[in-house]
Amino acid sequence: MSEESFDAIIVGAGLAGSVAAYVLAKEGADVLVIERGNYAGSKNMTGGRLYSHSLERIIPGFAKEAPIERKVTKEKVTFLTDDTGVTLDYHNGREQTAIEESYTLLRGDFDQWLMGKAEEVGAQFISGIRVDEILVQDGKVIGVKADGDELTAKSVILAEGVNPVLGEQLGMVKRVKSDAMAVGAKELIELPEQVIRDRFNLNEDEGCAWLFAGSPANGLMGGGFIYTNKSSVSLGIVCGLHDIGSSNKTVPQMLEDFKNHAMIKPLIEGGKLIEYSGHVVPEAGIHMVPKLVDDGVLITGDAAGFCLNIGYTVRGMDLAIASGEAAAKAVLAARDKNDFSAQGLSSYQTLLEDSFIMKDLNLYKELPKFMENPRIFNQYPKMVADIMQSMFTVDGSPSQPIRKTLMKHCKEVGYMNLIKDGFKGVTSI
Amino acid sequence: MNKVVNVDVKLGANKFHVDEGHAHIILKDNPDLNEYRKLVNACPAGLYKLEDDGTIRFDSAGCLECGTCKFLCGETILEKWEYPRGTFGVEYRYG
Repeated sequence: MSEESFDAIIVGAGLAGSVAAYVLAKEGADVLVIERGNYAGSKNMTGGRLYSHSLERIIPGFAKEAPIERKVTKEKVTFLTDDTGVTLDYHNGREQTAIEESYTLLRGDFDQWLMGKAEEVGAQFISGIRVDEILVQDGKVIGVKADGDELTAKSVILAEGVNPVLGEQLGMVKRVKSDAMAVGAKELIELPEQVIRDRFNLNEDEGCAWLFAGSPANGLMGGGFIYTNKSSVSLGIVCGLHDIGSSNKTVPQMLEDFKNHAMIKPLIEGGKLIEYSGHVVPEAGIHMVPKLVDDGVLITGDAAGFCLNIGYTVRGMDLAIASGEAAAKAVLAARDKNDFSAQGLSSYQTLLEDSFIMKDLNLYKELPKFMENPRIFNQYPKMVADIMQSMFTVDGSPSQPIRKTLMKHCKEVGYMNLIKDGFKGVTSI
Repeated sequence: MNKVVNVDVKLGANKFHVDEGHAHIILKDNPDLNEYRKLVNACPAGLYKLEDDGTIRFDSAGCLECGTCKFLCGETILEKWEYPRGTFGVEYRYG
């Protein structure tokens, strides 16, 4: 067994892990990050967009030096059926403070930069090593076993991602039911910078975040997304696993059909696929948050189920960053008292509860259940499209008053359903 | 209707370090077909294939390591699910 004992060993060099390492090392703690990929970010992907607030508070002005892609100024939400699309388009030209901004980014570059920041302040980093086991002695976590070597630490921070193999091994994370999860698949499509600006109507360095509800997930819970990067477009779908067995389409086929939708195809015409990635999205919100802290161990980020799907936006990275920071602060507090027991590390729980993470997860606790309602992904997009079609089609037949047209289409879904879903929807957000 | 997707072509855009001889996902023998069908539908890499004659074909090379199959069938038809050993598996250049 190693002579050296770290204040913390962090498993995983994603956002939670790198931020925890940065905060710890900056305060002079001995910290080691172990990553199974060949570099930080090599196993990671995002849709994706980062809301900057949590990182901005840790590294002020980070966006000026970090490899971000574009600042999001255009938000779009589209109800999509197989042959129609109804879009809400919001252009934000107002001045924003740094904590209000959000950026599209790609994790390969971004995570390496962030881990580099942690190394600059003294964190140690090894890549290409898979942690196989968490070492437990007398019920207390005392280190990790990786590649046959045992490394000891006063605490271990699990930042291992959405599939928490080690957290399960410790019994802290219950095997999550698949209906609490969704799968995402993404294509990264390369296009010239000017073409992206022209097609998405963007000023220089400005980006678009675009979500699609309805047909992309073949009527299952989920949707499609497009995020514009500098010279590529992140295009993908997310689909709930709840009822995937009965789907008549595979997930890759959903993505392919989404790409070929008449509304999408011209946007990516001539583009070249440069990467294809997949990821699981934890969607049960507060209902899947595991035991977060135990003797000598803390769980952060996706591994802790810290993800918010609010329908018009999905957040995970800003939660991962804030939870990594909270875990680091808890380890620092434990270090001051030289008490790394669950009790000594318990400020992690308090910090999370006082932060937006637990507050937001609590606020949206009814939302995952609401989103399981198939009407949201099937009937409403069609209803909106039918209303639009009635309004905008002129064929010379005598016109109907708009309210009659509206009522006809609402009736197809059912007034009671509309009222019920409207009420539930409004009360769950 | 669009043409049937060829996921293998998409995976061809990716960088993989395949750990020859060390499959990180192993299916049980004669897996229940209803369970298997979930994986056919859900796996973003399309690794779980069902031939026209009803035989199954699975190869863990090309895995995106998302864990979808583990969440769906980890307790039913998967014998083993673990991450590839360090340095192996998919390597996202962009992410």
